[in-house]
Amino acid sequence: MNIATFAKRFWGQGLILILLILLATFPLYTMPLFGSDYPLIFLQAIIMFVILTVSWAFFSGPTGYISLAPAAFFGIGIYTTAVVGKSLPLLATVAAGGVVSFIIALLVGAVTLRLKGIFFAVFTFGLVVLIKELLLFWEITVTGTRGRFVLLVDNDTIYYIIFGILILTLLTTYFIRRSKFGMAMQSIGENEEAAAHMGVNVTLVKVITFAISAIFMGAAGAIMATKWTYVDPYVAFDIRMSFLPVLMAIFGGVGTYYGPILGSVVFSYLEELLLTKFPYYYMLTFGIILVVVILYLPGGVASLIERLRQRLQKGGLTGKHANT
Amino acid sequence: MITTIVDIVVAGLLMGGIYALVAMGLNLQYGVARVFNVSHGEFIMLGAFLTWFLFTAAGINPLLSLAICGPVMFILGFLMYRIVFIRLRRVSPSLDAFEANSMLAAFGLLFIVQNIALMIWGGAMRGYSFLNFGVNFLGTTFAANRLAALVLAILVSAIFYVILVSTRLGKGIRAAAADPATAGLMGVNINMVLTLCFGFGALMAGFAGVLISMCYPIYATIGLEYTIIAIIVVVLGGMGSIPGSLIGGFILGLVGSIVSSWQPALAIAAYYVLFMILLLVRPSGILGK
Repeated sequence: MNIATFAKRFWGQGLILILLILLATFPLYTMPLFGSDYPLIFLQAIIMFVILTVSWAFFSGPTGYISLAPAAFFGIGIYTTAVVGKSLPLLATVAAGGVVSFIIALLVGAVTLRLKGIFFAVFTFGLVVLIKELLLFWEITVTGTRGRFVLLVDNDTIYYIIFGILILTLLTTYFIRRSKFGMAMQSIGENEEAAAHMGVNVTLVKVITFAISAIFMGAAGAIMATKWTYVDPYVAFDIRMSFLPVLMAIFGGVGTYYGPILGSVVFSYLEELLLTKFPYYYMLTFGIILVVVILYLPGGVASLIERLRQRLQKGGLTGKHANT
Repeated sequence: MITTIVDIVVAGLLMGGIYALVAMGLNLQYGVARVFNVSHGEFIMLGAFLTWFLFTAAGINPLLSLAICGPVMFILGFLMYRIVFIRLRRVSPSLDAFEANSMLAAFGLLFIVQNIALMIWGGAMRGYSFLNFGVNFLGTTFAANRLAALVLAILVSAIFYVILVSTRLGKGIRAAAADPATAGLMGVNINMVLTLCFGFGALMAGFAGVLISMCYPIYATIGLEYTIIAIIVVVLGGMGSIPGSLIGGFILGLVGSIVSSWQPALAIAAYYVLFMILLLVRPSGILGK
């Protein structure tokens, strides 16, 4: 590594650090700066999508198994808060959301991750609807109610907690992807049979990865539930929450670490701007972009950036060792 | 007691006919053309809305709409395969990757079609009254339109089955289902056959949409429900097996009406449980290889 690349890398890391510090202290100056809490709420939603997308891409990116379960785990988190939120401290509730999602993902994964990829996708999709229908049935026939009231938390606290979950998600997925375990995940995606012959316990790796990704989705659901005063199964298990992370990750590019982050920031920003005003146009654009990206840009926006960077580096000073 | 059983069985068979038709369409698209077409239900929705529109605006008999909706959906499906899936098949590194990509692309198409429909017709329920009188059938009474739907569904399935086993095109389709690469080597124009299959699948979905609009209220987001049912029936009957889809449709219809008679709120949950058990125990389906 020569001085030029060192400086460049230091620059990059320094910028990220500054950005993180700014984000971490954001609630302190939202009010004086903008005069309302709206930017804070806006940022909460974006962070929520980043968490969902990054944890989706953490499992589905390297292994190639398309999970349509984010809505299920997100919803489980929401319902955990609805059930235990009033009797446990807030942090414990959020942790409970993660743990319950983890356990259910472990069970579901152990049963379903032996399936062929496409059936796994349908199965996880079914999971969302199944949980919703069973909850509705339970609420109507057993408890005789529909929906529950949730405790309310102030926006600053929600922000700090969801930001904490974001940092945990980013760190966990970053380090696991670079570990031996992450290599095993990658090998499953490239050729599952070969991975099994090389001694990778493929089912175990898939199930554990799937369950870890569910923790963050569940925790995000648990804290976001406090934003609504009232939840019922239709609100909690909204199938859109399964599709949006998939689109955001594919748009950004699942092959890189930053692709899903990029995709989710861009799309959740668009979503917040457009969804309430033009819901049909938003979903229509969503569909068109999905088709176009899959057909013409399989690596997502990140692949464009990588290509551009390679071209710049070829012409630059650092030569062929730029990536070391 | 006997009448309730007859009630349940007849209701199941009436529903099963439509399920079978919907599933046969998807089976052509997934079993043969390998496109995991989650937008299948959108063709049903379009067929249903087109029929409703023609009936309420121009007074065109829904039975006549079959002759309009079928070809329109065929052309739509044909173009969709031409524009999207042929390219996707070429750029996908493997068949598994193609299946996954085709599913994602089809989700995109689903959102496109569904939201255009929502812009035009809004989210409200629509319906019209056609052949809406009681028919006495085995001691129980059913609406005539459902009986007509069942008869038409069986008729369409039968005609298609005859095409499949006795014509040259049918032979090409069966060859493509068994082994696309070899079929191509034997002189089957594989892209053409698969495109036609996709078109036929859309055509059947259009027919099913016409029949559904005759019997039930329709709305713009109706498609996904039927797509899911079609996926379950295709897995139940066996991928690529047309008779399997026919039998599977009736089985699912019966399961639905049995569960509904006991707990209506659990019908959809029952479908999923059946589906999950099936995938785990016999993923190749009843008549699959």
